[in-house]
Amino acid sequence: MKKKQLYYHLMMFPGILLLIIFTFIPMFGVVMAFQNYVPAKGILESKWIGLQNFKTIFTLRDSRQIFLNTIIISFWKIFLKSVIPVSFALLMNEVKNKLVRQSVQTIVYLPHFLSWVVFATVVQMVFSLDGPVNKLVELMGIEPIMFLGTNQWFRKIIIFTESWKEFGYASIVYFAALTGIDPGLYEAASIDGASRFHKLIYITIPGILPIILIMLTMELPNILSAGFDQIYNLYNPLVYDTGDILDTFVYRMGMTKRQYSIGTAVGLVKSTLGMILILTANKLVTTFSDRRMF
Amino acid sequence: MKKKIKMMDIVIYLVVILLALACLLPLLNMLAISFSSSAAATAGRVGIIPVDFTWNSYAKLLKESQYWRSLLISIERTVLGTLINIVLVIIMAYPLSKSIREFHAQKIYMRVVLFAMLFNGGMIPTYLVVNKLRLCDTLWALILPSAVGVGNIILLMNFFRSVPKELEEAAEIDGANPFQVLWNVFIPISKPCIATIILFCAVGHWNDYFSGILYISKVRNYPLQTYIQSVTASFDISRVTDPKKIQEYLTISEKTLNAAKIVVSTLPLMVIYPFVTKYFKDGIVVGAVKE
Repeated sequence: MKKKQLYYHLMMFPGILLLIIFTFIPMFGVVMAFQNYVPAKGILESKWIGLQNFKTIFTLRDSRQIFLNTIIISFWKIFLKSVIPVSFALLMNEVKNKLVRQSVQTIVYLPHFLSWVVFATVVQMVFSLDGPVNKLVELMGIEPIMFLGTNQWFRKIIIFTESWKEFGYASIVYFAALTGIDPGLYEAASIDGASRFHKLIYITIPGILPIILIMLTMELPNILSAGFDQIYNLYNPLVYDTGDILDTFVYRMGMTKRQYSIGTAVGLVKSTLGMILILTANKLVTTFSDRRMF
Repeated sequence: MKKKIKMMDIVIYLVVILLALACLLPLLNMLAISFSSSAAATAGRVGIIPVDFTWNSYAKLLKESQYWRSLLISIERTVLGTLINIVLVIIMAYPLSKSIREFHAQKIYMRVVLFAMLFNGGMIPTYLVVNKLRLCDTLWALILPSAVGVGNIILLMNFFRSVPKELEEAAEIDGANPFQVLWNVFIPISKPCIATIILFCAVGHWNDYFSGILYISKVRNYPLQTYIQSVTASFDISRVTDPKKIQEYLTISEKTLNAAKIVVSTLPLMVIYPFVTKYFKDGIVVGAVKE
């Protein structure tokens, strides 16, 4: 029995060691947020300046904009990420032809597995000045639009292309939920003379509503993320006003401008809020359903 | 009435097929561009069929030695990284799946692992640690910081918990130690779950460009996605502020060659894709843990 415990500890050891080095030690690095960190001096020698960095962040006009951008972009992403996949799953539910069903499913999952580096190139081509979308725009007699270079369009493109890439994959969970609905309900409804529409309203939608709510709740923590990989690969200085988000800001602060302390301070605010959001989401999911996030 | 329903069906089929085309056409377009002449591609004349069919882009790509070096790095990091990922997931999920009576420290370890998932120091402190360990510009910088996937551990842990106790007890009576029980009982039963995790880790490694940007400074050490990112963006656009230059960048690029680069980089995925869809179709990885 004793020996078994030892084996278990042994199994945990390598992973815990890696977590200590690459996750827990960097956690101590967040003290940089309270310093004027100078790389040559290191954390021990750098000057402590208390909450100065946070004051700087909260007074910076840019940071309000960045925070807003993050929230707005992720709000719409999360919204569309439930509306489109749910509608798609409901449509597919009516497709009885097996060949069509399977090929469509296989195809729509595919973009999820492409990296944003690759998909961003696709997006750039589609929305470029001589791309297909602008061809349509010209047909309507409007000047071609620089979609990725104007603030008016950038956010919309970001939100739309995210749905484009992810809607298929996000619908898997709803397919699973739809197959879980008791077929007896539909049969009973048919006998009562319910139309297709009635069945949708009274059986199908109530049947998958719990899972929709669960998925929405689980997306809650992502409200501060907004998709770094996508935006990093599509944005440019012309659209910072509408497209710059917390993560891209931290990256530029830290890696391009070498302003480690400010970058870390923004990161710390984000991680802290993020943790609160995850715990809240988990609490909500466990309270209102028979599931939990972890 | 009957006719009306038929109409409805036609509309549904059309919408669904259009959505599928929206996912497929851009990729076919990319493929067609890679086989077209530069002139046709720049003029935007290429649809989903190559115009002035040519192998030129691929011939050019063959000579670009950095591309193949990066490809090799990506293969290495995907194989090694996924192997490390899955081994760690399995050997950590197993003790964590035990009850506190079977493994006294289970609760403490679980807290540690969960905390690692909930909170992190962020990009900059992690970079400084990797840098301090002199891992920058090595393969390990691409593998070790993300070696422990907590989400996957929890997934497999829950799967292990559903394995009947009797199997484990029978193996123990035969004198098997925990490693042998894990290897001979739990792993064979969990194959579909493990296969799914392997797939996701491998795709994650193959597609990751950002650790390359963060931890690798020499282009010769770039993994493939980072390299493609660096050539399709051709310069760090966040540093360019002249609107004219950006406009230029947004319109002119080496379209056909870049398309060929992308096609080759997605080839491994396209080859395995038809065989692996069945794993994630079961929805094993999506959704919350069911009690």
